[in-house]
Amino acid sequence: MLFRTLSTTLATLLLGATLGLTACDDDNPTTDTPTSGKLNFEFENVVGSQSLTFGNSYTTLQGDQFTVSKFNYIISNIKLTKADGSSWAEPESYHLVKQADMTSRNFEVSGVPFDDYTGLTFTIGVDAARNTAGAQTGALSPDNDMYWGWTTGYIFLKMEGTSQQSPTGAYTYHVGGFQGLYNSVRTVSLPLPAGVTSLHISATQTPQLHLKADVQKLFTGPKSFRTSQINHIMSADSNAVRLAMNYAAGMFRLDHVHSGE
Amino acid sequence: MLHTVTLRRLIPLAAASALLVAACKPDKDVEEAFAAPTPLTLATPQGFPAMAAMPADNPLTEQGVALGRMLFYEKKLSSDGTVSCGSCHQQSKAFTDGRARALGVGGQQHARGSMALMNMAWSQDFTWDGAHTELEKQARVPLENPVEMHQSLATSVTKLQQTSNYPKLFGQAFGSSKITEENVLKALAQFERTLVSANSRYDQALRFERSLTSTERQGQQLMGHATAFVRGAECVHCHDPQLLFAGPRHTFFNNGLDQPPFADPGRGGVTGVAFDQGMFKAPSLRNIALTAPYMHDGRFQTLEEVLDHYSDHVKVSANLDPQLINSPNDPSGRITLTALEKQKIIAFLHTLTDSTFITDPRFSDPNP
Repeated sequence: MLFRTLSTTLATLLLGATLGLTACDDDNPTTDTPTSGKLNFEFENVVGSQSLTFGNSYTTLQGDQFTVSKFNYIISNIKLTKADGSSWAEPESYHLVKQADMTSRNFEVSGVPFDDYTGLTFTIGVDAARNTAGAQTGALSPDNDMYWGWTTGYIFLKMEGTSQQSPTGAYTYHVGGFQGLYNSVRTVSLPLPAGVTSLHISATQTPQLHLKADVQKLFTGPKSFRTSQINHIMSADSNAVRLAMNYAAGMFRLDHVHSGE
Repeated sequence: MLHTVTLRRLIPLAAASALLVAACKPDKDVEEAFAAPTPLTLATPQGFPAMAAMPADNPLTEQGVALGRMLFYEKKLSSDGTVSCGSCHQQSKAFTDGRARALGVGGQQHARGSMALMNMAWSQDFTWDGAHTELEKQARVPLENPVEMHQSLATSVTKLQQTSNYPKLFGQAFGSSKITEENVLKALAQFERTLVSANSRYDQALRFERSLTSTERQGQQLMGHATAFVRGAECVHCHDPQLLFAGPRHTFFNNGLDQPPFADPGRGGVTGVAFDQGMFKAPSLRNIALTAPYMHDGRFQTLEEVLDHYSDHVKVSANLDPQLINSPNDPSGRITLTALEKQKIIAFLHTLTDSTFITDPRFSDPNP
């Protein structure tokens, strides 16, 4: 309406620019009514029932002593499912969690259509396609300490530390690999905590998901191992897959949810 | 549909309103009108990663960089007029000073050595402990630190304002001849961002302009990961060739120089976290042959001593990066290199020396 009155003279254009910009915001009332909300993720890294602290001594369920000096992982392709089976997937969904960086352990997923969701699914690591193509920004920036290279892709999960049972006294696990036999990409679906029937996302409700990642489940699971057997993983190989099978089987759990009312 | 119409109209409108904003500006600077500075674009050299985001409020300009260069070599910025940034950051040594630990005004010794300055537009971690992530903020530290240049920026601004040349130079770079602390820091940061080193023999080999010798290539191979079948010194974990041979962003390492208690808390002094004690930034290996002595306190005189450390003398502590004692290069997990392997690695490190960079007239003292 405003635009019809515009002439081509510079003065009018300038006036129009200022008014026009504001007009755009007010013009379309439907864009002012939000239809999507947010979901907050909080990752807490633990060792069994203890919280994880770098340098502290812990014991694996197989009885190996260990400390942790680095623990990073990539969470990607977050998907929320509804009771009717339909789902919403976060676009460009890549998040890097680093134990050393407290701010990285909390992140927000926005643009979630208002609804009730009953299931949470995500990938630990980076989907095959994105390992070798696409924008390398944010969680996928090559300077995040989680990148091997153009042909070998990303490190999905990295844990380092010491263990008395390791022949060298240390361990360095860099798990990645997205092709063929040595594909370590794993997707997990986590049940909602007992007593929580759905995640209700609305204009007034932003649920906060509190997830726990238990590093003991790296050593224990379908392919349990001792630090005397595996202490060094630096490429996509059978040991990397072994660790991926373990951590996909039970490292992550949705501990509790704050409804965010 | 409405959007298409508005968008098409808004493009010329936005340009026109930008003109209006620019047109308003000279009215504020009543003392003198300065022409807008000339924008400068920093090119990304071949093989370099993506540049860190340039601060929106301090874009590079020809006038800003020229002013920053003047300030970099300006001794008036020190309390006794004897020290400039260029005193400890000498171009001939890739902007280091050849000393184990830097000397400030009155010959006071800093706890740490001067770091090389190069390719700073690609970095977000400055100084040995990463205390600053923005160049504009970092530059204040050496200017005001009692053991460095020891003069408050406010005093420096007063001194510069009284000169015959600086008010006009600030006007040309920032639109106002009234000098501010912020604009001193901005100009210094602009000059520093232009210190690009990308013409070493290694870079030339990357561009297929020349090839490295067999020994140098073997040295390059030896920088990498060891496997059961390939020898490797594991250098690239912390000095990633894809990241200009520096460490990952915001990542610090204890490289086994000492055991606790650490004389220098390193990163732990910034974070207050005990586990970060004795951890430091992994500096770029570019121009490393020019920047002796080595480590944050300059304890190693030569690259041979550095290699001996990583090979044979790494001290174990809870803070140590486990990659230094968990290499398949030796059954013990130590890096354990032969004398010949060390020589080959050092031969490769010399290919990272950029003789163009250390003689580039754009980076030298404008008033020697």
